[in-house]
Amino acid sequence: MDNRQKEINNLKDYKYGFSTDIENIQAPKGLNEDVIKFISNIKKEPAWMLEFRLKAFERFKVLKEPDWQKPKFPKIDYQDLYYYSAPKSLKDKPKSLDELDPKLLETYKKLGIPLQEQARLNGIAVDAVFDSVSVATTFKDELTKQGIIFCPISEAIQNHPELVKKYLGSVIPTSDHFFATLNSAVFTDGSFVYIPEGVRCPMELSTYFRINASNTGQFERTLIIADKGSYVSYLEGCTAPMRDENQLHAANVELIALDDAEIKYSTVQNWYPGDKDGKGGIYNFVTKRGLCKGKNSKISWTQVETGSAITWKYPSCILKGDNSVGEFYSIAITNNHQKADTGTKMIHLGKNTKSKIISKGISAGSSDMTYRGLVDISSKAKNSTNYTQCDSLLMGNKCGAHTVPYIKNKNSESNIAHEATTSKISEEQLHYCQQRGLNPEEAVGLIVNGFCKEVLQQLPMEFAVEAQKLVGISLEGSVG
Amino acid sequence: MKEQLQKDFDNSIKNLSLSQKDIEIKKFCLDNFIDKGFPNRKEEDWKFSDLNQIIKNNIGELSFYNDQTSTNKVDTSVFVDGLEHNKIVFINGRIEKIDFEYEKKDQIEIIDQSETINEFKNSNSLSDLNNAFTNKCFKILVKKGYQLVKPLIIYHTTNSKIWSKNINLRLNFELDNDSSLRLIDLFNDTSEKNFLNIFYNFELKENAVLKNYKVDKFENKNIKYSFNNIDQDKNSISETFILSSGSNFSKNEINCNLNGVYASSFVNGVFSLNNDKHHEIRSIINHLTENTKSYQLIKSVLDGSSKAVYQGKIFVNSDAQKTDGYQLSKAILLNKESEFNAKPELEIYADDVKCSHGSASGSLNEDSIFYLMSRGLSYQQSRELLINGFLLDVVEKITDSEIKNLIKNMIGIKE
Repeated sequence: MDNRQKEINNLKDYKYGFSTDIENIQAPKGLNEDVIKFISNIKKEPAWMLEFRLKAFERFKVLKEPDWQKPKFPKIDYQDLYYYSAPKSLKDKPKSLDELDPKLLETYKKLGIPLQEQARLNGIAVDAVFDSVSVATTFKDELTKQGIIFCPISEAIQNHPELVKKYLGSVIPTSDHFFATLNSAVFTDGSFVYIPEGVRCPMELSTYFRINASNTGQFERTLIIADKGSYVSYLEGCTAPMRDENQLHAANVELIALDDAEIKYSTVQNWYPGDKDGKGGIYNFVTKRGLCKGKNSKISWTQVETGSAITWKYPSCILKGDNSVGEFYSIAITNNHQKADTGTKMIHLGKNTKSKIISKGISAGSSDMTYRGLVDISSKAKNSTNYTQCDSLLMGNKCGAHTVPYIKNKNSESNIAHEATTSKISEEQLHYCQQRGLNPEEAVGLIVNGFCKEVLQQLPMEFAVEAQKLVGISLEGSVG
Repeated sequence: MKEQLQKDFDNSIKNLSLSQKDIEIKKFCLDNFIDKGFPNRKEEDWKFSDLNQIIKNNIGELSFYNDQTSTNKVDTSVFVDGLEHNKIVFINGRIEKIDFEYEKKDQIEIIDQSETINEFKNSNSLSDLNNAFTNKCFKILVKKGYQLVKPLIIYHTTNSKIWSKNINLRLNFELDNDSSLRLIDLFNDTSEKNFLNIFYNFELKENAVLKNYKVDKFENKNIKYSFNNIDQDKNSISETFILSSGSNFSKNEINCNLNGVYASSFVNGVFSLNNDKHHEIRSIINHLTENTKSYQLIKSVLDGSSKAVYQGKIFVNSDAQKTDGYQLSKAILLNKESEFNAKPELEIYADDVKCSHGSASGSLNEDSIFYLMSRGLSYQQSRELLINGFLLDVVEKITDSEIKNLIKNMIGIKE
């Protein structure tokens, strides 16, 4: 304890040179108030932010890790983690593409990511190959002209405290569930987006463009606010495979749409899924929640989940404003020993609210997939409708596909319809494709893409192509 | 509640001639129940119906001891007219009559099984309660190749002699190869504020056919829990129909294990609720081997501030290729206070299967009402006609025409 205290004290005095020396900084191992103070301090956060974190931590102490989920995992020792770890030093990074795993390169090639992008994704000598900084700033100028704020959340805490203070924790409060609360206490960085009244964001915003976001670590926090009558489409891309042991990724994403605003949030998630025997891989335990706060607002989640050893997340919409709309489009693919427990929650509070859920699950190998969702129409949500469709496709007899929808209707003027099917690719379809000259793998790819089409269509163009290829890659080796 | 349970347990043991070992087993079950208590909403299976709370609010203090030393008079006026049938009569939880007058006596065996204990894979604390307090339990064995000529009606009657009591019932059935049984459970309650806890266990051998119709029609203020465990061998068929309407609270649970190839299971249910009734059907169909089939259809019409819950699960084992599973639940909410909750669940580990479920809930279709009114019907008539048609769909699924007509008459559904 004494050593740790000293370390912290040393760091408190450390005023300069963050930009150069930060690479070596790591918080002491473990989770306690000091570590939280350390994180807050190193980010030069105002007092209210520290208070927010400590409040969350107080709550976290009394919470128990949930265990109702389908995929079980070995117990995580929360005292054995680093809660603040700056990017690894340059020494550890691969010097050139030749040093990378050839398999990884192959994946890139298939995805069609340009060479300099490949390099950037792996953090190889960014400055030499690809001047991403300037690219980022060009975009930034254009955004600033329109009054759009798009920056790391730690910057927003400094520069726009009034906005952050007002909205942070308004959708995912500090008193939420276990992982969300943990995130509130120790989150390190993430994105902050504010679209002013009546502005239609001229481009797709993405973590991809934002340099600082590339190695933010395990506890991201994203906050997106769309003011009255605005529109934004946000892409969250984790297309770079990460090479890691089982690692916890517990991000929080909060979306707030005011009157007549629309937020479209797309994710293509391809974290490292572990090897063929199920060793390693990311635990992706993310809390994503959107609040349609104003009238006629709309929030739409689109996700393509192909990575992670365990995916456990339910992007949700709280439809509070009258006439608001929530949408959820999802493709989840599990192969080998991957496990996914994912779905959505649609909570109808306002009048004339509408929600739509399209979920496509594909499981292959020895994997296991669960759709778990909630549709809750409260007694005040007059004239609301929900439509849910979840289809599962099974490949092989060692995998599992499960559907667990919770449907609650408390309003007699509202309608809910739910459909779910589970089946395998029919022999006839395969035969038809093969007869026309496709090999079995191509045939499956084609059929699966057709199965997923409804969701793929929702993705922005740049992502759709990538995702389509990703679907094919994820299922490689699962046929025959 | 603990002292009450202990005291009542000692009282009920006193009147029974049980061996020391049996008493110990019963005691073990009692301790289990004391430990767990009534199921509450923290348990996933009871998420939508918190029995602990419901009993607390509606009954308050329960007593568990039933004096069964004296017989009750059988009121013959409750017997169904116009249908010849065999009878088992329970009055206030005591078996008063077992009568198979239309059957060959040597083809049916009635075995006293009071000493055996229920052991179900997915049991809850209520099975412990049942084990601890049932003092008479019979097994009805239908012998090889025998098909009962007439249906068997089990009358569950309670009268105003009992109040705030817990009644536990248990029956076991075994249908040997090629046998068949039609069974109607008729609830006839004039009592109030009692908790009925009923466990049935069915064992269906090859080619056996079981048709079970549960009719809870008469208005009463009781709380009911009924659990059916059905084990099915090769080629056997089980059909369960539930009319859930009369009691204040009712939960029907069906656990069906399809152990043999080509076995099939059908579960159909109707909720017709008003006032502040709260009913639930929970079904678990376990497809454990290949080529098995299940079909479920549940429809609800909810008025007042009533609440209906349907939790249906189709489980498909990795060996159960070529499974065909289907599940559909539909609800009409007539009042803005009424509520429908569903949790249709699929858990599938085999790839060559065809499984689907659907669930829909909403109001009566205004366009349909308009159509009927434009043809001269009043609003009320149109409404009734639509509800009638909606529910008829389920009643039509009853495969036995004699019983279909009986049930149609009972609930006043027209063709």
